[in-house]
Amino acid sequence: MIGASAGGMDALKVIFSVLEKNFSLPIVVVQHISPQSENYLVTYLHSRTALTVKEAVDKEKAVAGTVYVCPPNYHLLMEEDKTLSLGAFEKVNFSRPSIDVLFETGALAFKKEAIGVLLTGASRDGTYGMGMIHSLGGMTVVQDPDTAYVASMPQSAIQSTPIDYVLPLNDIGPFLNTLSRAQVRK
Amino acid sequence: MTNYHKDSVHENIDIEIKLFLEAIFLKYGYDYRNYSKAHVKRRVLHRLNLSNVESISEMQYKVLHDQSFLREVMKDFSINVTEMFRDPDFYVALRQEVVPVLKTYPFIKIWHAGCSTGEEVFSMAILLEEEGLLNRSQIYATDYNQQVLDVAKAATYPLASISEYEENYHKEGGKGNLSDYYTADEEAIRFHDYLRKRVVFSDHNLVLDHVFAEVHMVICRNVLIYFNRELQNRVIKLFYDSIITGGVLALGNKETLDYTNYSDAFEVLNKKQKIYLKKYFYNY
Repeated sequence: MIGASAGGMDALKVIFSVLEKNFSLPIVVVQHISPQSENYLVTYLHSRTALTVKEAVDKEKAVAGTVYVCPPNYHLLMEEDKTLSLGAFEKVNFSRPSIDVLFETGALAFKKEAIGVLLTGASRDGTYGMGMIHSLGGMTVVQDPDTAYVASMPQSAIQSTPIDYVLPLNDIGPFLNTLSRAQVRK
Repeated sequence: MTNYHKDSVHENIDIEIKLFLEAIFLKYGYDYRNYSKAHVKRRVLHRLNLSNVESISEMQYKVLHDQSFLREVMKDFSINVTEMFRDPDFYVALRQEVVPVLKTYPFIKIWHAGCSTGEEVFSMAILLEEEGLLNRSQIYATDYNQQVLDVAKAATYPLASISEYEENYHKEGGKGNLSDYYTADEEAIRFHDYLRKRVVFSDHNLVLDHVFAEVHMVICRNVLIYFNRELQNRVIKLFYDSIITGGVLALGNKETLDYTNYSDAFEVLNKKQKIYLKKYFYNY
């Protein structure tokens, strides 16, 4: 699960351009985006990665090697059976979609298997969700604020939750490839 | 640390939530057992955090003995985020593609399921008026939540929200001014009687109740996403049984029949806006 806000488009591009084609985990992305926008991020990432990129659809099952991007003006929730649910409920942290909603439902659904990656942004969204992932035994990864377009979102998470890996932007993609290969060996 | 993070809360969370929902159903008849698990779990944990109790089992005790706590929980589960002419492109599609279908009927019955506080119902009534159809239309607007129905029946909304609604109205191709349809005082607007008398607001629970009328169109937007697949199938069947052959089903623009058992029972009228027509020949 990846959450990003201001500066996220570039950061996601850097990460997704190095992910290997046979990536063995599903990836779900919440990027703060204008509610009126068409989901340009899908088109944008599609041409910049070897993985399949699509907009998340309600009750669709998330499969390995595919990137699901949350539609604008909806929240994205993870179910235990790996299906995706959408929600049109009130904003959380002034945001819809909210990174916290994805992270907390993902933490509850996957516990130790949940992996949260929090990237650049000016909000505090994602901090609470990272706390949930950590306390339910999942893995927390945060972009090194020094390499972030806006540092406050990753910084906020680092200040309030133990983070397993704080990584410079350029190292996040290769790190995720390592996790993907470890998953295959399991 | 908040309750949320405690191991004791998570140890038996699935059992305790199941019992909690069962208790609400047995005592009050509201059935949340087939709502999306992720949605329910998140809401229950947030309520736990805001309540002065230690565990979900204690919440179960509280909901059985305290009606005001039930109302809190119902508010958590039922989503009432709405606005007039929500997603203007949807209403553009209604004018261009659905109105020609509705025009072929001598009398038009529309069921707006999960109408919440009614903003989208009055949007539809205004659209029908502008397309010359309102005087032969009847809208049944239903919700299971009495509190939101009371708001809808009053047809009265805060003045502060109107400028945003006015913007949506013009984006969707509105032919006049929104102010043509209401009277306003300093705080609120109230829709005219000729709109209201075309709408019957009533209590209907999609989870438990049955077909109550044969209709030419069902509108149910951003309701099914809170249900699990099993319940989605039940509700789509209910709509299928209510809509006349060739009639219209309109869902929220991120909802789809693709993952239900009824994708073959409807044909797509507008893919992007999730507007479907009930097929002529289909056996399920």
